[in-house]
Amino acid sequence: MHKKDWLLALLLLLPVLTILIIFRFIPIVYAFIISFHKWGITGPSKFVWFSNYIKIFNDAVFWRSLGNTFYYTIFSVPMNFIFSLCLALLLNQKVKALGIFRTIYFLPVVTSIIAVSIVFKWIYHPRMGLLNYILSLFHLPTQVWLEEARGIFEMIFGSRFPVKGPSLALMSLIFMSVWKSLGYNVVIFLAGLQNIPDYYYDASKIDGANRWQTFWNVTFPLLSPVSFYVLLITTITSFQVFASVWMMTGPPPGGPLGTTNVVVYYLFENAFTYLRYGYASALAFILFIIIMSFTIIQKNFTEKKVYYD
Amino acid sequence: MINKNPFKKTNKPLIYFLLILGAIVMIIPFYWMVTTGLKTPQEAIKFPPSIWPKSFVWSNFVKAWRQANFSMYIINTLFIAFTTLIGVLFSSILGAYAFAKLKFKGKDILFVSLLGIMMIPMPVYIIPGYLVLMKLGWIDTYMALIVPWTVSVFNIFLLRQHFKSIPNELFEAAVLDGCNHWQFLWKILVPLSKPILVTISIFSLLGSWNSFIWPLVVTNSDKIRPIQVGLAYFMQEQSTNYVLLSAASTISVIPLIALFFIAQKQIISSYARSGIKG
Repeated sequence: MHKKDWLLALLLLLPVLTILIIFRFIPIVYAFIISFHKWGITGPSKFVWFSNYIKIFNDAVFWRSLGNTFYYTIFSVPMNFIFSLCLALLLNQKVKALGIFRTIYFLPVVTSIIAVSIVFKWIYHPRMGLLNYILSLFHLPTQVWLEEARGIFEMIFGSRFPVKGPSLALMSLIFMSVWKSLGYNVVIFLAGLQNIPDYYYDASKIDGANRWQTFWNVTFPLLSPVSFYVLLITTITSFQVFASVWMMTGPPPGGPLGTTNVVVYYLFENAFTYLRYGYASALAFILFIIIMSFTIIQKNFTEKKVYYD
Repeated sequence: MINKNPFKKTNKPLIYFLLILGAIVMIIPFYWMVTTGLKTPQEAIKFPPSIWPKSFVWSNFVKAWRQANFSMYIINTLFIAFTTLIGVLFSSILGAYAFAKLKFKGKDILFVSLLGIMMIPMPVYIIPGYLVLMKLGWIDTYMALIVPWTVSVFNIFLLRQHFKSIPNELFEAAVLDGCNHWQFLWKILVPLSKPILVTISIFSLLGSWNSFIWPLVVTNSDKIRPIQVGLAYFMQEQSTNYVLLSAASTISVIPLIALFFIAQKQIISSYARSGIKG
């Protein structure tokens, strides 16, 4: 029986393993190998030890793109988290038309990033854009959005402020990404909220807790596995931002003045514009290590505060 | 009761105000996309812009459809999406069965390594994946767009969880009735897993329709490109013609939004379920 099972399992797993080995496992190993090579015209030409990695370490453009990616993550993750949690909490107050609201919030999630990028580029248009029109209705100063290279702290606090912050162009991409992925997190949070049994609320009611206390002492701790998941997923996807940069910034993408150049775009440019596959593979591994360490740090950090039951 | 119910004091008008405000923010870009696509070029570049188009130029959509070559892109995308889907369903059903119902040496290690593969982010694959396809001579072929995506570890995982929840007694009973593994899988387990298979299909179709980076990298010629890459190149071609671009974007979005409205309960609960379990 056992021997038969083994054979059957092998047969059943054959398609899965073949595809995964050819298109996942071999590429990863291959990428690791070529990240230690100089790339010739047709293939890896020379083993160069850590030279690609050292070059990256001294590459100002890489550090710039990494900084921009960090900015992107640091701004988009909390915004996404707070807005989606608030909307989910509001939706959980036994409102009418819950389904309609949820559907509307979810619509951008199923829409492609390409169509969304086209529309937002038009909305952000410096002269004819809808956003500047709305600002002008409220007598607020209009902006050039995607063409603004100045950092937002510089714009708000003046040029003497020590930290410039992400450029307004990068912030424009961040706003768009929050708009696009908010609905996904709302749905996740809402499902989490609906999983909290009523008796917890009844108990806190009997103890005389007000709404604020109930939120911090009942809802938030019981929701923490879901919050952890949302934080992790949003962070990981933020680190991989690419399409909006490629579609909306520049020309060349990454502009103005390199303030929207992010790691994945820089990797893409190195590989497919300059054909530096070795260098780009090394970049890919650095990105991978960053994402993995983020996952691990976030996991260790939140695990103590997370309630699993 | 001594204490007032804290939830009875909730300020309903304020809640609705905030929810509606949120909904308006979500809707505006869609509204702007559709109405810009209906305007004349002169009206579209006017500032201040007109909120409602003066006249509805439906021919913009015909023009966008023709110029962006949508017939071809949509046929390509549907072909890619459905062949990928068949592969995904097939590989997930077989793989999940092996992991859920069979005993074999090294099962746990194998399963953990598959989950490990799932953790590796997509951008890491772009370059080596491209190079492997080059070795296979698959660059610029449908194979490159379909075959690598016919296996999804996430879906295997999702389906395995479901298969595991079906009691083994059912299998023993089926064996008594003369069923073997293969018949048990297709005649009993698969019909019992319809909701989860629908979930997998939805994820797969949405993923194929919206996939961008991979097809951007592995295609050179227009005739096999899927819709998102086609739309992206249309954007580069028509960089400032926002009437045509908006019309084209609208066209590209309609099929998915239609699918979304038909199956929205399924879709939303699929996302919610996969999120909670994942």
